[in-house]
Amino acid sequence: MKISVSVNGKSQEHDVEPRTLLVQYLREACALTGTKVGCDTSSCGACTVLLDGESVKSCTMFAAQADGGSVTTIEGLANTDGSLHPMQQAFHEKHGLQCGFCTAGMVLAAVSLLDENPNPTEKDVRFGLEGNLCRCTGYHNIVEAVLAAAAAKEAK
Amino acid sequence: MSILGTQVLRTEDPRFLTGADRFIDNIAIEGARHVVYVRSTVAHARISVDVSVALSAAGVEAVLVAADIDLDKEELPNPRIHASMARPIVALDTVRFVGEIVAVVVATTRAKAVDAAELVIVDYSPLAVVVDPEKALADGARVLFPQAGTNVLIEAGFRHPEDDFFAGCDVVVRQRIVNQRLAPCPMEARASAARVESDGRVTVWSCTQNPHGTRNALAAALGREPDEVHVITPDVGGGFGAKGGAAPEEVLLPWLAIRLGFAVRWVETRTESMQTLVHGRAQVHYAELGGTSDGRMIAYRLRIVQDVGAYASFGAMLPFITRMMAPGVYDLARADVAITSVVTNTCPIEAYRGAGRPEATAAIERIVDVFAAEVGVDPAQVRRLNVLSPDAFPLVTLTKAHYDTGDYATALDNALEAASYSELRTEQAARRKNNDRKVLGIGVSSYVEITNPGGEGEFGSVELTAEGGAVVRTGTSAHGQGHATVFAMLVHDETGIPMDKIEVRHGDTDDVARGNGTGGSRSLQAGGPPIVASAQSVVDAARSIAAELMEANPADIVLNVERAEFHVAGTPARSVGWRDVATSHISDAGANLLRERDVEPEGATFPFGSHVAVVEVDLDTGKVELLRHVACDDCGRIMNPMIVAGQVHGGVAQGIAQALWEEMRYDDEGNPLTATFMDYAIGSAAEFPSFERVPMETLTSRNPLGAKGIGESGTIGSTPAVQNAVVDALSHLGVRHIDMPCTSEKVWRAANVDFRVSE
Repeated sequence: MKISVSVNGKSQEHDVEPRTLLVQYLREACALTGTKVGCDTSSCGACTVLLDGESVKSCTMFAAQADGGSVTTIEGLANTDGSLHPMQQAFHEKHGLQCGFCTAGMVLAAVSLLDENPNPTEKDVRFGLEGNLCRCTGYHNIVEAVLAAAAAKEAK
Repeated sequence: MSILGTQVLRTEDPRFLTGADRFIDNIAIEGARHVVYVRSTVAHARISVDVSVALSAAGVEAVLVAADIDLDKEELPNPRIHASMARPIVALDTVRFVGEIVAVVVATTRAKAVDAAELVIVDYSPLAVVVDPEKALADGARVLFPQAGTNVLIEAGFRHPEDDFFAGCDVVVRQRIVNQRLAPCPMEARASAARVESDGRVTVWSCTQNPHGTRNALAAALGREPDEVHVITPDVGGGFGAKGGAAPEEVLLPWLAIRLGFAVRWVETRTESMQTLVHGRAQVHYAELGGTSDGRMIAYRLRIVQDVGAYASFGAMLPFITRMMAPGVYDLARADVAITSVVTNTCPIEAYRGAGRPEATAAIERIVDVFAAEVGVDPAQVRRLNVLSPDAFPLVTLTKAHYDTGDYATALDNALEAASYSELRTEQAARRKNNDRKVLGIGVSSYVEITNPGGEGEFGSVELTAEGGAVVRTGTSAHGQGHATVFAMLVHDETGIPMDKIEVRHGDTDDVARGNGTGGSRSLQAGGPPIVASAQSVVDAARSIAAELMEANPADIVLNVERAEFHVAGTPARSVGWRDVATSHISDAGANLLRERDVEPEGATFPFGSHVAVVEVDLDTGKVELLRHVACDDCGRIMNPMIVAGQVHGGVAQGIAQALWEEMRYDDEGNPLTATFMDYAIGSAAEFPSFERVPMETLTSRNPLGAKGIGESGTIGSTPAVQNAVVDALSHLGVRHIDMPCTSEKVWRAANVDFRVSE
């Protein structure tokens, strides 16, 4: 079936099998491999992308369901001048990543979290990121990064 | 000012933050066919496999069973193990755990390979199943390997005579302690690919912690010389000890590429990874501790039953590390450990973050608390009374560990002070007095562990590029540990070359001459010194070149590291830079200035520390909430405090998760019950508090940097602190022990005496 999706601001048209997951579509048809698959059960969030501005787990929906929508992946998050998005920058400055496998999903989930709640408490951040697993950082610096990004946004 | 010891942001971050990373599943390999493994769904059975239907499925290139594959069984980890217990690459006529490979499907796309794998017909004739390692030892238990005649792989008895072991002890406490089976759970499951090149060499993209070790193991399995195999290890999404690179799934790929004549690739699903990547821990302990009624510890004895899983794996040897580290931080008169490693119908056990040391620490730190409760002395005070004093070092312990340096009492005091220990005890007493249904528990642990346990050396080199930058090569292989940043800091500190002009390379066996990889928290202490020595040698050579350029005596030339310039001592106005040196060297020698070094450390190192955990336990539900976790970890010289903190945080989280949630479980028929992230609880941000750290830095003399390892310390120190805290919360109810994971059900049963389960 034919689908038309705006991916990182570029409109894309592809013929996909109906069973194609959004994550497969992004990785294989669009060659955007920043989005990862980390589990089979929609538990880990490594595949998190923004669909029409809201975080979704791209392993848990079909590409066809994104037809007509607008997807932002980690490759499309940086500013147009190439500088890092404030959330990417905060993860860098707070050492919010180690092996880097969960990072794309974690950063996008955090962006969506701040959109919904610009002034989160530490607890808000912890519960807001419950759907994204990381095995390296113990979440300590991820939480610090999100709080720092929120404070920076507030200061502007 | 030296850059060493300062917080430098990681140079490897940008590619992960922007999606430009290179994990194996991201790499396009033209023409590669996709491999899917058909795995046993039964824990123990005779099998026959029919691939005829699968062979005719769309897109299928090959479907192979054991009889088609001429690969030898895996090597035994120890020659004392019965040869029949070696693992076959593909099960021939018997399967021994759920997840074992029974057939290999190769197809043009992954989807077609998955579809065809469903068409492989496996006929199982079930055999009796052994899941519990202690039941595997019982008379009449089903023997997994009839030729061996026993389920025991390897055994080592007590060394001391029985009768007077506890002589002089007024009090002896005994406790059976389960150190449960865990799944390592790197966020990236395994992926691999292989291709035969036009010169006949084989390229393998390997998701490994040890590229050169993987190359050698793959070459041996394939019957080739190591230089006929080229291993490329790009980004690896966590390892935690589990990614050895030459598991059956990974040996098969180059074999298939050679046999079939085209490139092949494989990516593991999470469920496959949970069932087969390897598991960790899985020891049952019988701990006995004797001492005096005023809290002095005298004699400690530990009997270990190690569940090795279905085949002879390195897991069988892990109890020997547990034995070496069994007495921990304590000054004892006698210590003795007996080991029995047994096979069961479960996934093989391998190294997992800590690999034998968390088990040692969990056992003694638990029994110390049981002892403290028995003699009625505060558990922190029992530790303070019995830890080795700083002037005892270096020493050879009762279990033959060669401790380098330590100050265990200070680490303990640091953690207790940061936690406000006495105030916590006051609050605990107040809650109990008020009959509060949410009780407080405070747990303490003190640990010492061994890093770079084999004491192996490492390779490193520094190459000056034509532009005056540096390429650093190392035989370690980072998968999240930040080597690219820290190794560049070491070279910057010696040379002054700016951080952004230093490129650190690892993981490609054609680019890096040799190496021992990353594991056992070895990378800085083993991998740092050869890089520093190479950099120093480059500086020496550069000084001579600068002298020639300036027509001066080399002995008069100094390097100003801050400006990255050479000048004659006392006359800094006239100088030459690294680029001038590089240009001159290239025009004379026709190649970049390169220095390589192999440096052997004096031995393993022994990081140590103390943790304090504070939990709240709801007596009505058994729910445990970890309120605080305070960690004082001493890893010797710290190069980048930010990276050390990150290693501690991650380690602490994994250790907490073992104490409270994680357990890889099987039912009595050997079916895995926790083989997805829905069932296996690694914990999300919502379950953890932020962690509190107290820095401490006691150098070692075993390597020129003074550094010890930090990758595993957090995991080792945190688990017993949290478990002790849970037991402590219920100590006023007469509870002396709760096995891990301390789930709500177990805790509730312990707190509600009518519902206790007797072992």
